[in-house]
Amino acid sequence: MLRPRLIPCLLVQNGGLVKTVQFANPKYVGDPINAVRIFNEKEVDELIVLDIDATAQNREPDYGRIRNLAAECRMPLCYGGGVKTVEQVERIISLGVEKVALSAAAVADSGLVARAAKVVGVQSIVVVMDVKKSGWLGKYEVWTHNGERKSGRNPAEFARAIENAGAGEIVVNAIDRDGMMNGYDLDLVRKVREAISLPITVLGGAGSLKDIEALMRTFGIIGAAAGSLFVFKGVYRAVLINYPSRAEKEELVTQALKGSEKVA
Amino acid sequence: MIAIVHYGLGNVQAFANIYKRLNIPAEIAETPEAILGADRIILPGVGAFDWAMKRLDASGLREALEEAVIGRGRPVLGICVGMQMMAKRSDEGSLPGLGWIDGEVIRFDETALTQQTHLPHMGWNDVAPLETDGLFRDLAEGARFYFLHSYYFVPHNPDHVLATTDYGGRFASAVRSGNCLGVQFHPEKSHAWGIQLLKNFAEL
Repeated sequence: MLRPRLIPCLLVQNGGLVKTVQFANPKYVGDPINAVRIFNEKEVDELIVLDIDATAQNREPDYGRIRNLAAECRMPLCYGGGVKTVEQVERIISLGVEKVALSAAAVADSGLVARAAKVVGVQSIVVVMDVKKSGWLGKYEVWTHNGERKSGRNPAEFARAIENAGAGEIVVNAIDRDGMMNGYDLDLVRKVREAISLPITVLGGAGSLKDIEALMRTFGIIGAAAGSLFVFKGVYRAVLINYPSRAEKEELVTQALKGSEKVA
Repeated sequence: MIAIVHYGLGNVQAFANIYKRLNIPAEIAETPEAILGADRIILPGVGAFDWAMKRLDASGLREALEEAVIGRGRPVLGICVGMQMMAKRSDEGSLPGLGWIDGEVIRFDETALTQQTHLPHMGWNDVAPLETDGLFRDLAEGARFYFLHSYYFVPHNPDHVLATTDYGGRFASAVRSGNCLGVQFHPEKSHAWGIQLLKNFAEL
């Protein structure tokens, strides 16, 4: 049986790991390689690492850092940040990364998704879609450049375009929930899930394993990603890398899928 | 010595790190000599079929690899697209494969998948070995591995299926024909289960 995935998402800024709240106020939480080593021991399902400055600063991906990260990861790695061309995607995959995440560049040109997938394969192309609710009606919209630029795109419509272009996975990242630890935006996920049949990973809002269970109960096989939950402990948000044990994860997934109507 | 073929695809360093921890001699092989000097070979891979074949051709290592595997019968383990390359052809590309195992690579039939299962097949799934010794020693119970693919290997001889996995029906998640072995999943990214499998390969 294929299982839903629990995925720590690490944000990199100036070479260090940070955690943001609603894409702002980055708090330093440690060294990326150290974090990877701890997550190795915890046997995490997958890891997402996003360089949050690369696009905003119009910088190349840091290939040296990516190589070091990929070499250290004993779990599958998805890397994103500043990726704009097929050549960059090829180079990152050849450094030993399993999946490359595109974001702003895919919003600007979904043809990039198609061209990259043709070279490295559909399975290795991930699109991260940062979504914010805005306006009086609270309409969902796709944003880019670290949540600073509106794209005018509706998430479901954009997700469909990305699926048609040939992406292998979509990460739905709710900017409003980032760092809030108040639960995933299930309405947003539902809108995207109904629009596409690609694997989806959800990011933004997980505050406890209960939130992850709720996501899996509602959507079955899905990726549940989290930043704060796996790097902070307690109400004072002390930095402590944590992740459920194999037995805890098994229990969580079993309980969630038992309640999931969608499980065939 | 295990040669981890470095043709510009796949996480060669992850294999090297695991073998280092296991205290099993292994090296990242970038020359024909390194491949021919090894007694076992790992052919890693991530990416699309044609791209992988082109990278292998461009690496200058293909001839040495074929000599080691076909000429000298050295055990070889293909990983993901590294396994798919051992087939004669793939739905994903137009270039011929290495043809070491009689079979072809086809795309999952999406109509057979349920609403819970999507393409690509992505994540942790169970692997049921048909033999409890050899590559899957100590992996008979509860072993699961990380998958990331939309195409899978169909050996023309059913005896070449070494393990199966269920994804909208069972498919061959590991194959073996003589000294050629292949796994569709990523043992280098599958924690303790993957480490056990790589150890088993070293001890075959």
